[in-house]
Amino acid sequence: MCTTCGCSDGALPTLTDPETGETVSIGVAYDHHHHHGHDHTHDHHHEHGHAHPHVGHAHLHAAAHGTAITLEAEVLAKNNRLAERNRGWFEGRNILALNLVSSPGAGKTTLLERTLADLAGELPISVIEGDQATANDAERIRATGARVVQINTGTGCHLEADMLARGLQTLDPPMNSVLMIENVGNLVCPALFDLGERAKVVILSITEGEDKPIKYPHMFHVASVMILNKIDLLPHVRFDLTRCVEHARQVNPDIQVFQVSAITGQGLDAWYDWLREQVVGVDQSRDMRD
Amino acid sequence: MHELGITRNIVSIVAEHASERRVKRVTLEIGRLSAVLPDAIRFCFDVCTQDTPLEGAELEILEIPGRGRCRECGAEFELEQPFGRCDCGSVRIECIGGEELKIKEMEVY
Repeated sequence: MCTTCGCSDGALPTLTDPETGETVSIGVAYDHHHHHGHDHTHDHHHEHGHAHPHVGHAHLHAAAHGTAITLEAEVLAKNNRLAERNRGWFEGRNILALNLVSSPGAGKTTLLERTLADLAGELPISVIEGDQATANDAERIRATGARVVQINTGTGCHLEADMLARGLQTLDPPMNSVLMIENVGNLVCPALFDLGERAKVVILSITEGEDKPIKYPHMFHVASVMILNKIDLLPHVRFDLTRCVEHARQVNPDIQVFQVSAITGQGLDAWYDWLREQVVGVDQSRDMRD
Repeated sequence: MHELGITRNIVSIVAEHASERRVKRVTLEIGRLSAVLPDAIRFCFDVCTQDTPLEGAELEILEIPGRGRCRECGAEFELEQPFGRCDCGSVRIECIGGEELKIKEMEVY
């Protein structure tokens, strides 16, 4: 393991295709500028052969003459650029891409399993699974018969646009279809990283807290849809649905809310109707079901 | 802890612009509504800059306060969070400041 940042081979992002069982490293998310060998010279300015003490000299001399360079560089520009590329790719293929985000355990995978089963034969849906480790979720999705690939982010707490691009190469979703991207369970970081999706769908289960939308406002601010999951448990938990929706609308007045139970199926029809509407919205001239 | 990845991005961008020169100072602009913690960036900066042209560089962070504009009445006001309520009662607030996450300037030897 690298002692500089804690990275190791096992901690780099990987992509698993459960169909072939093949796992490849997609360790491109971070540019490691603390190179692991000493095969470069840019951190040693005495490579022209002068003895080390000279560096100190040069250092002192230059300290008085630092050159300021204006950058005005957006830190996330690279990710945003790649996300736009993904977005164009989706548009060209008439693919509706949704970025599903939630805290761990809110029921994203269960909701997906149910959605895939209920809409099988109607909407072609493929899935990209994001988790720090294991291909468990991809196996669950694969069991429904849907095409899926798993991205493991290693130490990363969210998917980034370049990981998604690599996932798309392997998944190769068909034209005129839906792509569900299940992000790493985390209500903070995925809000910052555009993947090129058409919309973010945030899933909040009623076993969490009704104030989650104002505790994690960034995520609810950027999401188009909030799915309140596990409402079959309402009689057993203290959760004020009305207040939760109020909180969400306070952060994002336009957020669309669906109250569902992915287990009992309650309320799912409204979510499916929304999906069908979005699919039509992708391009009215094409038929998703051909 | 997205700050670790973000700091790596910062180091990568600055190192690229420094092209072999050693970096004396990096100045960032971080908005208070950007969901990025300046203290976490400072913490990661020392780790991420090791063995790079940025090693030992001073990190300066300019925090930009959040500002919102009401979509209904146009009033502008400070925002502590990425949402709020205008005096006119509207919650349709557009963020016009505080979401910055930018490398403003660097100084090289």
